Amino acid sequence: MITAERKPIDEIIEYIRPFQKILLVGCNECVTVCSAGGRKEVGILSSMLQMAFLKQGKSIQILEHTLERQCDPEYVEELVSMIDGVDAVLSMACGCGVQELARRYRNKPVFPAVNTKFMGASERQGVWAERCAGCGDCLLGITAGICPIARCSKQLMNGPCGGSTGGKCEISPDVDCAWALIWERLKALNLTDRYEEIIPAKDWRNGRGAGPRKIVREDLAE
Amino acid sequence: MTTQEPFEPVIIAFCCHYCAYTAADMAGTRRLCYPANVSIIRVPCSGKVDAIHILKAFEKGADGVYVAGCLDGDCHFKNGNHRASRRVAYVQKLLDDIGIGAERLAMFKMSAGMGERFAEVAKEFTETIRALGPTPIRSLHRDAA
Repeated sequence: MITAERKPIDEIIEYIRPFQKILLVGCNECVTVCSAGGRKEVGILSSMLQMAFLKQGKSIQILEHTLERQCDPEYVEELVSMIDGVDAVLSMACGCGVQELARRYRNKPVFPAVNTKFMGASERQGVWAERCAGCGDCLLGITAGICPIARCSKQLMNGPCGGSTGGKCEISPDVDCAWALIWERLKALNLTDRYEEIIPAKDWRNGRGAGPRKIVREDLAE
Repeated sequence: MTTQEPFEPVIIAFCCHYCAYTAADMAGTRRLCYPANVSIIRVPCSGKVDAIHILKAFEKGADGVYVAGCLDGDCHFKNGNHRASRRVAYVQKLLDDIGIGAERLAMFKMSAGMGERFAEVAKEFTETIRALGPTPIRSLHRDAA
């Protein structure tokens, strides 16, 4: 899922300071799972903002609403009845949700309330770790299900590098060396022959190298 | 607001059913005095208290809030009190962020038999908040209205 973290409250306050009536919109998908922008976080941020502004001598009005998905036009349409009555919109969705609101409601200022981070998985309750970099050409089939693009600090295609010590990356003793993990897992799976194959240089045009990407499914597209 | 009015803090105490609330009950049974400033909200477990419950208490004018749960290792629901402690620490940061002050929120742990401890905590926390003075939110709400 896409992970995010709430922005510092002072930054959010500066975005909405000129406005009186704010629509605070959450998203029920990824940012709910990573506890950054779901219904609960909308309530918490709303309460914080009300109090922070009151402290500064200003009373603002905040409407709270959480959409099923903020990156889908169908759900974003739900806001039509609310949008005219507000001066600005504050979104707690990932960058996709913020941009979808901005695209749909062109005459309304839309501000992000979270920093979108990475595609991650839950390591345990309350801990999320980067697992996929969306490189567009998945290598997991030859790297024992462990991604060297997202998890190797150098994004090495054939590792490990000389900075790997005791299974840990040189950047921090808390970070596993992705290539050490790959090797251990290949051994456990009896697939070490895959490690012998030299993975050629990656075609980064499948990733961000060729600019913004788009998927078009002709069978589904209208 | 007349400055002559003595300040009587409004304090909300979220007390877990199995320990802190029972301790409050014990304090009552033993006729122990504790400040009338403390309003108790009974919750099934301190782990049930969410960040939004605490923030709403402040937003609606509480000068101080505390969560009271079971002693370490004694939670009826195993680890609700640990979760509550972590959540309180999280909300303390939020309160600092918006300039309300982390010291207006606290977590206490006590067993069902600790009626005296309940009364003591209520007194001490009330005095802490009394020393801090009123939260800016209550008067500002009134001014903004």
